[in-house]
Amino acid sequence: MSKKTLSITIDGKPHAALSGQLVIDACQDAGSFVPFFCYHPRMTPVGMCRQCFVEIESPRGPMLVVSCMTPVVEGQVVRTTTDGVKRAQQGVLELLLANHPLDCPVCDKGGECPLQDQAFSNGPGESRFVEEKRHFEKPIPISNLVNLDRERCILCDRCTRFADEVAGDPLITFISRGTNTQVLTFPDQPFSSYFSGNTVQICPVGALTAQPYRFKARPWDLDQEESTCTTCSVGCRTVVQSSRDELVRYQGVDIDTVNWGWLCDRGRFNFEAVNSAERLTTPLVKGDSGLVESSWAVALDVAARMLRTAISVGPESVAIIGGSRGSNEDAFAWAMLADALNINQRDCQLADGLPAEIFALPQATIDDINRAPTIILLAPDLKEELPVLYLRVRHAAEKRTTRVIEFTAHRTGLTPYAWRSVQSEGGKLAAAVQQAGSSEEISEQLSRGDVVVIVGRTNLAESPEFVVNALAEVLHLAPHALVLPTLRRGNVRGAIAAGLTPQSDAGDTADILVAAAAGKIDCLILLGADPLADVPDADLARRGIAGARSIIAIDTFLTASSATADVVLPAAAYGEKIGTTTNLEGRLSTLAQKVTPAGTSRPDWMIAAELAIAVGKDLGISSYADIHRMLIDNVAAFAPARDDKRIRHEGVLMNHAHPVGLARSDSSVADHNSFKHRLIVSRKLYDGAQGTAKSPSLAPLANASGVFLHPLDRARIGVPSGVEVKVTSDRATLVLVMHESPDVMVGTAWIPFGQPGADVRELIDLQGDVCDVRIEHI
Amino acid sequence: MSNQYSTPGQIPTGPRLISGRFEIADGYTYGGYVRTGGYVALRKALTSMTPKQVHEEVKAAEIQGRGGAGFLAATKWGFLPPDIHPRYLVVNGDESEPGTYKDRLLMELDPHQLIEGIMLACFAVNAAHAFLYVRGEMALAQERLAEALNDAYANNMVGRNVCGSQFSLDITLTWGAGAYIVGEETALIESLEGQRGMPRLKPPFFPAVKGLYMQPTIVNNVETLANLPAIIKDGGATFRGIGAPTSTGMRMFSVSGHVNRPGVFEVPNGVTTFRMLFEAPEYCGGVRNGGTVKAFIPGGASAMWFFDEHLDLALDKPTVDKAGSMLGSGAIIAMDQTTDMVAACWRIVRFFARESCGKCTPCREGTTWLEQVLRRILDGQGRPEDIDLLFEISESISPGIAWPPLQTTICPLGPSAVSPIASAVRRFRNEFDHYIAHGRPISGIEDVLNPSGIHAHV
Amino acid sequence: MSRLNNANLTLAREIMARFPRPKSAMIPLLHLAQEQDGHVSNEAMIHIGELLGVTAAEVYGTASFYEMFKFEPIGKYCINICTNISCHLVGSWNLLHHAEDRLGIKAGGTTDDGMFTLEDVECIAACTEAPALQVNYRYRYKVTPANFDQLLDDLRSGRTAAEIPPFGTLSRVRQHTESTWSNNGIEAQAAIDER
Repeated sequence: MSKKTLSITIDGKPHAALSGQLVIDACQDAGSFVPFFCYHPRMTPVGMCRQCFVEIESPRGPMLVVSCMTPVVEGQVVRTTTDGVKRAQQGVLELLLANHPLDCPVCDKGGECPLQDQAFSNGPGESRFVEEKRHFEKPIPISNLVNLDRERCILCDRCTRFADEVAGDPLITFISRGTNTQVLTFPDQPFSSYFSGNTVQICPVGALTAQPYRFKARPWDLDQEESTCTTCSVGCRTVVQSSRDELVRYQGVDIDTVNWGWLCDRGRFNFEAVNSAERLTTPLVKGDSGLVESSWAVALDVAARMLRTAISVGPESVAIIGGSRGSNEDAFAWAMLADALNINQRDCQLADGLPAEIFALPQATIDDINRAPTIILLAPDLKEELPVLYLRVRHAAEKRTTRVIEFTAHRTGLTPYAWRSVQSEGGKLAAAVQQAGSSEEISEQLSRGDVVVIVGRTNLAESPEFVVNALAEVLHLAPHALVLPTLRRGNVRGAIAAGLTPQSDAGDTADILVAAAAGKIDCLILLGADPLADVPDADLARRGIAGARSIIAIDTFLTASSATADVVLPAAAYGEKIGTTTNLEGRLSTLAQKVTPAGTSRPDWMIAAELAIAVGKDLGISSYADIHRMLIDNVAAFAPARDDKRIRHEGVLMNHAHPVGLARSDSSVADHNSFKHRLIVSRKLYDGAQGTAKSPSLAPLANASGVFLHPLDRARIGVPSGVEVKVTSDRATLVLVMHESPDVMVGTAWIPFGQPGADVRELIDLQGDVCDVRIEHI
Repeated sequence: MSNQYSTPGQIPTGPRLISGRFEIADGYTYGGYVRTGGYVALRKALTSMTPKQVHEEVKAAEIQGRGGAGFLAATKWGFLPPDIHPRYLVVNGDESEPGTYKDRLLMELDPHQLIEGIMLACFAVNAAHAFLYVRGEMALAQERLAEALNDAYANNMVGRNVCGSQFSLDITLTWGAGAYIVGEETALIESLEGQRGMPRLKPPFFPAVKGLYMQPTIVNNVETLANLPAIIKDGGATFRGIGAPTSTGMRMFSVSGHVNRPGVFEVPNGVTTFRMLFEAPEYCGGVRNGGTVKAFIPGGASAMWFFDEHLDLALDKPTVDKAGSMLGSGAIIAMDQTTDMVAACWRIVRFFARESCGKCTPCREGTTWLEQVLRRILDGQGRPEDIDLLFEISESISPGIAWPPLQTTICPLGPSAVSPIASAVRRFRNEFDHYIAHGRPISGIEDVLNPSGIHAHV
Repeated sequence: MSRLNNANLTLAREIMARFPRPKSAMIPLLHLAQEQDGHVSNEAMIHIGELLGVTAAEVYGTASFYEMFKFEPIGKYCINICTNISCHLVGSWNLLHHAEDRLGIKAGGTTDDGMFTLEDVECIAACTEAPALQVNYRYRYKVTPANFDQLLDDLRSGRTAAEIPPFGTLSRVRQHTESTWSNNGIEAQAAIDER
């Protein structure tokens, strides 16, 4: 939909501005520089800094206006360089600088500071302000990740506006009045927003600084390149910045299609894990005394021998788990190797993902969220799992362009913004959708145009079939609905499309582990996968890993699973290798290499190529260019990546297979008996994932241990909140601290995944449909 | 009624349209109000007039808003977009302009008159809910209004089906908590929404279109509304016949400072002169100690100052506007020949610096800086270049330092701080220079800051 | 030091019901908290946030904009001497200095016995009666040093107790009417929000 253009004049030159545009943006488009501090194109203009003055012609002569609050109108005449404009801008600048400290040499922002830049190019040169400057206590932490220096603050309202308007976490506000105004949190209530790092990025001065970047580098020492965040599957566009061959910072890049410049804190700060001293730097081979350091030649030779031995028993005795943490090229190289050896048992998901049939449905894009009048959520809490997707949905709901219908077992980050929030425990999701569909207002809403269904694993303690069935019900109610699958790991879609998904009816990860436990797997390849930590069924994972006769692990860290391997091959991490990746909507975009891989670690694709040679199946890959070309030439889904320019910025959508439908099936599950609670397991943003656990700034934030019960259930059990209880399933008994929470449904017990302390995975049996637990006091 | 007060020198008088109950002991009670002709206009409107007719009467009265800007009240009402509901009336009782206190008296001494005015305004503009926002520091006004509202509700003068008519209205009484800027109408709306009282940008947020809760909203001053019962009772034409055609009706002026009998007077609008107010025995009875007026402020602290050459100007909006200042909120402050103009200038600038909301840079930083420079001059630490600096900073807040002021700020508060500087420094440059050179006022000046006569730094 | 007590909670709900949107009750509720405790405590701000559906930070942001709200205990009597222009011209500084001497504190301070807080304030709208002051927002006009001393005596001895309640109490008369009609407005607003 193209917007109407308006003819205006900027600095004497005709310019075609877009209808609805602000003068400040039109000036930028026209190449006329207008300085500003408070304006941000992704937030409501407030006109507070008063720096962006321009002159417009009015019936009463030229008029000074702030260009961030003035919409373009047909025939408008704008001047940005008149004496009046310059005088006003310089006057405001002098006032901004009056109380601003002269500590640029020790300020993280120095060198990339809009205020500093303006002061140099347009400033008074010398201060006439001889009075005492405003003083505040120098930087105070406002959260674990962000420091605030109120002396540097120019009160532009960007951070506070972001917190309120974009993140929905108004935990920082203006306090006091006039010259005493300052940005502050409420006493003892830190700015614990998942999006706090964005405030640092958009601060136009050095008032907000990020603890993980503090004093790490000067902007002029930084080397940077655009890339895509793969922490989750949203695929936010970033710049990766390094100094002296070390990653020091990620910044969000504004692309319309995905992240609008925002990042979540987990994605922004987990570069620390790449720099971790615990990274694997050299191959390890199991000897009599456990894993010992080895050379690539020896390690590849050992691995190749194990693989050949297993293949000689039969390709069905080999399996590959993982591959969703690397690039499309990594996945494709391993898929080529698997093809060459006829290995059909391969799965990039860890029994916590979605069945492949969902990806064969008509797919939505992230941007469809802003177009569709209706969004249906059959998904985990987006704020916890896919934070920037949460921002997009929240934005659409707040702008009232979209109505959100949510089905969830517990209150989520989007519940306050949902038009209708239907509480439903997972096993009854399809029935809940059916029932909602029988309501007139919902069916009327569904008929209002496009419907986007966001689908994901709402509960890791139950079978994914319930979500699939609920989705089938939605598609029955709204056959035109488009599907947006949510996935935990960065490149699941790319890995599936590249072929790391069960072939010819072979088993998935759960089946592979069952087979391994039964002694049917001779060689298990763990491709950046840690089943012992990630597969929701801890017992199955343990038995599977123990039952595999040999294990080859390709990993960046020695994880619980890779520590049991016979050969561990160190892999290059994010930022250490180039490639392309695929986000949850199927958008292909680039990954940048910014630093040298740790130690002797290598990209996954290279390891596949070398292992292939070692087993006598040369794949013909001798460079990244080779594997990239093979990928786009041989896999239709990736063909659009030929558009080299677009994948380097806003990305390009992969080719989707021809859509197939989803059959409805009855899947209701029996009620649990009244002495039990249905177990709900979902993720928090911060958990035991390697990227978080190995990032010192983030690791302490994984602190949501415990079992959460509705107040009525707590009262029935008769134990006060904050006391340890026994949680017993058919599998195991765990001791967890119980918390009362009205956000949880009556009759359910919610336990966050991957938190410190007792591991909820011990309770879960993947063979069962649902998991019920008994809760008793000790 | 013809204008009978135009003879020069003669002291004009007129009916006390809105202050008539000030001396009646129980004038603030429901009984006292009804006994003295209260709620007659409301009954008249509800039984024999349409909303449009009420609007027309107010239009005919040509009453200018009494809050400061002096905009025609009926015209303001006319900006409401038709057929958008809910729409609200917000009563601005946050009187805080230095020198002004007529609204406080109107609320304390005749609260029912205000309530009746609110009812008439809401009837005229079809609003179903009014908010009466009283200044936080006015405890007595809050008590009197709460009592009056409770009584008015009990007597069916407010609430559902007022006086048995089809008209229903709720009035919510609320008050502020100490912030001058909330007197600005968009800041008042922010405050009423539970926010920090920081002004909104106009455009795009003109209250009549997007006001309280982004709904059409009329913000009227207390005195403006208090006039409505008289206008409806006697007709707009009668009201218009009082005062001058360019400034109709009676108007409340608070005269303070160096006069013998400071006071709040209801005077015929547009015809009385400043000299009359200062000198006439009916009003202030002359400058104190038989002295002369060195300067005076004609319309609150935000106004440009006037001097002896302005004494014979009439209190008439166009006249005063043309002379380079404003009548504003009707606060007139007289300063005699002993006044320390540097100190007076500083004191007013300090007010704006303390009351700046902090939202926009030029006001937040500029007013504070101006205050610091003036304080430094008073403290004997002035430098010759400080005079230029004062003008340069003023220029950054109010380009051209003109009247009416241009502004780089969001609202008029910032430029208000420029008025005393432009007035005092231009006229009394010698006093500033003397402070800078000698660290004390010129001789013959009363040192009010240091009454003992000993300067801290000298 | 505490959340709103039950009586004030009931009042708070009544006040909220008088506005189309609960957040509009922010300032009235803060006054209620200050009336209860003599200042606005952190616990009260958290409580008000819960009632109005906003964060404590937002409550604090609004509250701290307005100078009548105190976040720590102050004197039982807050004496506000106006020094703005009309009072400035006729002796308010003299009065303020006298008050500082007499109370042994500077403007902004509180006496050790917790009886008096002294403030140098902006215009209190009593300009023709200058120099003027307020005690807990009750007026005293044309105040001389001598009648200031008398005022202190009266306050100390309790002679003024009937007229001047302890700091925090503003109007002792409350609007007790319920919205009888304009809830229609609330419904209309809800319909607009819905759109």
